[in-house]
Amino acid sequence: MSDIAERVKKIVVEHLGVEEEKVVETASFIDDLGADSLDQVELVMAFEEEFGVEIPDSAAEKILTVKDAIDFIKENVA
Amino acid sequence: MFDLTGKGALVTGASGGIGAAIAKALHGNGATVALSGRKVAALEALAAELGGERVHVVPGELSDSAQVEALAETAEAALGAVDILVNNAGLTRDMLFMRLSDEMWEEVISVNLNGTFRLTRAITKGMMRRRYGRVVTITSVVGTMGNAGQANYAASKAALVGMSKSLAQEIATRNVTVNCVAPGFIQTAMTDVLNDKIKEATLAKIPANRFGKAEDVAAAVAFLASGEAGYITGQTLHVNGGMAMI
Repeated sequence: MSDIAERVKKIVVEHLGVEEEKVVETASFIDDLGADSLDQVELVMAFEEEFGVEIPDSAAEKILTVKDAIDFIKENVA
Repeated sequence: MFDLTGKGALVTGASGGIGAAIAKALHGNGATVALSGRKVAALEALAAELGGERVHVVPGELSDSAQVEALAETAEAALGAVDILVNNAGLTRDMLFMRLSDEMWEEVISVNLNGTFRLTRAITKGMMRRRYGRVVTITSVVGTMGNAGQANYAASKAALVGMSKSLAQEIATRNVTVNCVAPGFIQTAMTDVLNDKIKEATLAKIPANRFGKAEDVAAAVAFLASGEAGYITGQTLHVNGGMAMI
């Protein structure tokens, strides 16, 4: 399962161009990692592609931190 | 200038006069083109005329949302990447407003606006990811000026301008530009059906004193589709011989 966390962090690092150390689980995409709303949409799209999971808008709105993303994917990827 | 070598371009409504001219212009500038439309035979004929490996036929019906999704996927697969999207497909169902039926209204909105929205949404996702894209939507001078008998068509074209400007603001940072080209009176099958009286009255309002050619529109599209036009977004380029100066 930690594999999922690593893959999520890798996507965040690549997409937002931030240093790996900053991508801790409590980090907020917008407040801590400098993402804007479009970055958030792109991250969700990248997660969907990487994990073959569909993230509905209602769930995407609640994915605010790295941990939120990891938890959603753990719960929804078979 | 305006070289499109290595770029993939999806053109909708490529079976029509303006669409075919656009496809030829982009192909002529080096792009690989995917021709979409409803009339498969006409698309195949255009593909044969262009010849070679830089052309694909990807038929699709824009009023059907499932087909639009499928078209986006087919085009991506054929081109590798859709770098240029030309939303040219559109239809008219002209009638005086008082006699305009729900069906005539909805058919025009469904293809011209809803279909274009869905296709653009599907295609711009990849453009954003790749950090490159050119969206050019063909609107019309009547979207700005209005035209008696074309409330549905004019509404759909004006709506596309608003849509394009909003999208342009959202994705400008991703190096994706979104612009419109608004033809005036262009000689095509769509305008051939108008009677001579209307044509004469229209010509009197065109300073260039001639109707436009499909190639006039295609040249504007080729420019906005180019790398050189990267600092132009959210704009409408009017191609109308001066009949409306906006």
